[in-house]
Amino acid sequence: MMDHVAGDGDFALYVHWPFCRSKCPYCDFNSTATSGVDDALWEKAYLSDLERQAARLSDRSRVLSSIYFGGGTPSLMAPSTVRGIVDRARALWDTSPDVEITLELNPSGITERDLAAFREAGINRLSVGIQSLDDGALKVLGRRHNAREGVEVYRTARTLFDRVSLDLIYARPHQTLAAWEEELEAVLDLEPTHISAYQLSLEPGTPLFSALVSEDGGMPEEDLATDLFLATKEGLESVGLTSYEVSSHARPGFECRHNLATWRGGNYLGLGPGAHGRLPVQDGTLATVSLCDSSTWLRRVTAGEDTFEVATLLDRRERALEMVLTGLRLREGVSESRVKARTGFEFADLLDTDALTMAVELGLVRLGADALRATRDGELVLNAVTTSLMAL
Amino acid sequence: MSDLSHIRNFSIIAHIDHGKSTLADRLIQLCGDIEAREMKEQLLDSMDLERERGITIKAQTVRLTYTSTTDGRTYQLNLMDTPGHVDFAYEVSRSLAACEGSLLVVDASQGVEAQTLANVYQAIDAGHEIIPVLNKIDLPAADEERVKQQIEDVIGIDASEAVGISAKTGLNVEQVLEALVQRLPPPTGDADAPLQALLVDSWYDPYLGVIILVRVREGTVKKGMRLRMMATGATYQIDRVGVFTPKMTDTGTLSAGEMGFIMAGIKSVADCRIGDTLTDDRRPAATALPGFKPSVPVVWCGLFPVDTSDFEALRESLAKLQLNDSSFEYQADTSAALGFGFRCGFLGLLHMEIIQERLEREFNLDLITTAPSVVYKLTMTDGTRIDLHNPADMPDPVKIASMEEPWVRATIMVPDEYLGPVLALCTERRGVQLDLTYAGNRAMAVYKLPLNEIVFDFYDRLKSISRGYASFDYEMADYQESDLVRISILVNAEPVDALSFIAHRSQAEYRGRAICSRLKDLIPRHMFKVPIQAAIGGKVIARETIAALRKDVTAKCYGGDISRKKKLLEKQKAGKKRMRQFGKVEIPQSAFISALKMDDE
Repeated sequence: MMDHVAGDGDFALYVHWPFCRSKCPYCDFNSTATSGVDDALWEKAYLSDLERQAARLSDRSRVLSSIYFGGGTPSLMAPSTVRGIVDRARALWDTSPDVEITLELNPSGITERDLAAFREAGINRLSVGIQSLDDGALKVLGRRHNAREGVEVYRTARTLFDRVSLDLIYARPHQTLAAWEEELEAVLDLEPTHISAYQLSLEPGTPLFSALVSEDGGMPEEDLATDLFLATKEGLESVGLTSYEVSSHARPGFECRHNLATWRGGNYLGLGPGAHGRLPVQDGTLATVSLCDSSTWLRRVTAGEDTFEVATLLDRRERALEMVLTGLRLREGVSESRVKARTGFEFADLLDTDALTMAVELGLVRLGADALRATRDGELVLNAVTTSLMAL
Repeated sequence: MSDLSHIRNFSIIAHIDHGKSTLADRLIQLCGDIEAREMKEQLLDSMDLERERGITIKAQTVRLTYTSTTDGRTYQLNLMDTPGHVDFAYEVSRSLAACEGSLLVVDASQGVEAQTLANVYQAIDAGHEIIPVLNKIDLPAADEERVKQQIEDVIGIDASEAVGISAKTGLNVEQVLEALVQRLPPPTGDADAPLQALLVDSWYDPYLGVIILVRVREGTVKKGMRLRMMATGATYQIDRVGVFTPKMTDTGTLSAGEMGFIMAGIKSVADCRIGDTLTDDRRPAATALPGFKPSVPVVWCGLFPVDTSDFEALRESLAKLQLNDSSFEYQADTSAALGFGFRCGFLGLLHMEIIQERLEREFNLDLITTAPSVVYKLTMTDGTRIDLHNPADMPDPVKIASMEEPWVRATIMVPDEYLGPVLALCTERRGVQLDLTYAGNRAMAVYKLPLNEIVFDFYDRLKSISRGYASFDYEMADYQESDLVRISILVNAEPVDALSFIAHRSQAEYRGRAICSRLKDLIPRHMFKVPIQAAIGGKVIARETIAALRKDVTAKCYGGDISRKKKLLEKQKAGKKRMRQFGKVEIPQSAFISALKMDDE
């Protein structure tokens, strides 16, 4: 099932759309609430920044394996804008025959016509943010749709797209294990092929953080959070949705290629305000963060200027450590041969030997012929494992 | 004999917060030596730390000129400020020896406190005339009659002519000056006799070098004179002679009965023995004045730099601090747990805190402080005797014939409603009651207690059980043989030397349990179970287990943002720098400081 290996020529495009109808109280991604934007102006800006960044790549003979529209709420984009970007990307690079083009979709106010229009624009995979089947929870999360609307959009999407994922948020305030198991059952009745299940995390600066962190806001304690996490894994695996990454589950063959390539350490161009990228340039890999403020970003693009707020050249060792960091989140683990092929480093150069021995002894990681991977026990304490292993 | 009838030398005795510094400021102000508007609050407490904590650490003097309103004569008043804390009892005795009388300042709303007692008894022993001053009589809670009665009952001196004042508002402060000139005796001495000057204090000023403070008993000290220290025989040419008004003012001479400063090109404070007699090298006095017994550090702890590369900086800072305060000692020390550092000895717990704070504040050092310990006297089976400053150095018990620990004589004054728990605490800490008396609704308990128990957490416990109303003071008594054991602390089966401590066998289990439970909260969870044990030799007396970390992964979408995840891990990694590694376990540095504090239990 993990036969799709992103080769070194493989390459992805991440497009960030920083606008939403309203800002969800838990969200700390780069997004602002707006009622509408000048689509033509923004399309032009995205295309021009795409050209500018593409010109910095060390060589153009890359194979584009995926495009991912994230946000924000990219389903607020005009389908014509989506099409414009997809077409321009296809013009810039060769695309693999099975190129994956994903759009994150917020179900509120979405009609069958909208979905069809996105399909027309070139989208072949949808990630539907239904988040929960509990209307009370959706309200706490500040979502504009209810459970019924979310499910309807999801069902319609399935009729139009072969590959549809659904997003869930759990470990919510006052959530019990029994209630979550019941909710998961109902989700599984939808026969999903891919689920991303995220734990609600309180991020400093968000309204939900201020509301819940100070008092007893009902956020689950560690033991309950663990039980919820394990119940999610077990529940989904029992119906054949393999947990191929900490928070991602899929029927074999339905894994999100974009995320897989990213976690495996593949390169990607980050386009749009606040987008992060790993751009292969002449001297190495450029870690980029585009300007977060959308009006500044727009002004700079229009003026033909650089849009990066941060552009740090990573040396090969840093890149190798990133590959370990992200790779350990995958069920398949980190492939030493892939790290070596890309960076020249072996595990022995990157990992703290004592910590590795200890983690193996404690049954937290397993070192195979090529891959280092976290066990289920290790996955639970992955932050501690990763921190101890990496000779940062 | 010279006519010294216009001179009065006095010091002020007061409990912390009873208003000593405020009164001193008022006296200085009234005598017009400086403009009121130039006055910084509390002139005499010059170190920042002294000002902040409201305590006096170093003795200081100031010369005031006062014209009496009753007899019209002009007097020279020399005020010797004295430290108010038990740790500095030794400095108090020096200051008192330089004066003929004292003002006893008592808060009219609170009454006599334990620390006041010790100092006033010292003053009585030094032959002082004592003038009671009741401060804060403007407060609604002031009760002059009750406090006067208490002074008579507890201290046993006549308080009928006590002066009631408010140093804060200035009310009746002139009466204090009048009482000083009318009631205190003038000094005696002969300005023409061979010089005998008592070396009261010395300190190092980065600009001026060593400054010494003297009280001239006989003769006259002059600029240009060759000075001889009678104990060491060393001689120095005098560069400057003068007084503080409180500004440093050159007078060229100081005669019998007067006090002031001398500068003589002395390189180090260590060359000035406090209590030594200074004389004229060309016309020396036949005998030296009676000196003081030297102060000896009684509380020891380890000081280690957080950043191991700061070791040299710590050494230099300690050397600089010692220039100003020769009463603390330090020696290089190594700990398997904490690396290179110093074992330092202090006059008491407050002194220890002050030095630590000065190191951190003035020298910008981050320090790990180990639990304070006292000095044990060991007699080995081969007859040799050892002073043990560090529990980690304790020899194999089979080679020890006997161990002695220091005891103190402690005075506790407490409102009688809290007496029960205070007595229980003293008993629990192996105290032996020597005396118990009442004055009004306050009880005074005198106990003999092991210093070990006081260093542990006695003062914190006393404050909490008496809601802060108990006052406490102690003086060193003697050494007594005792059944002492060393308790080792093992974290994940590895002994952590910096956490080991010595206790009486009867207290070992209680303390071992307390420290294990404290460490359980202080050490973060690891990926595995971490046992914490307290042991005497090979025998485990207490045990706790830190459960393994259950889950820390966040199933969260980071989008394309690896940098964010990386930052999080880098932060965790940086946090580890404030940890010390013991085998597989990381112990936060704060644990070494907090582990033995049990005040919130």
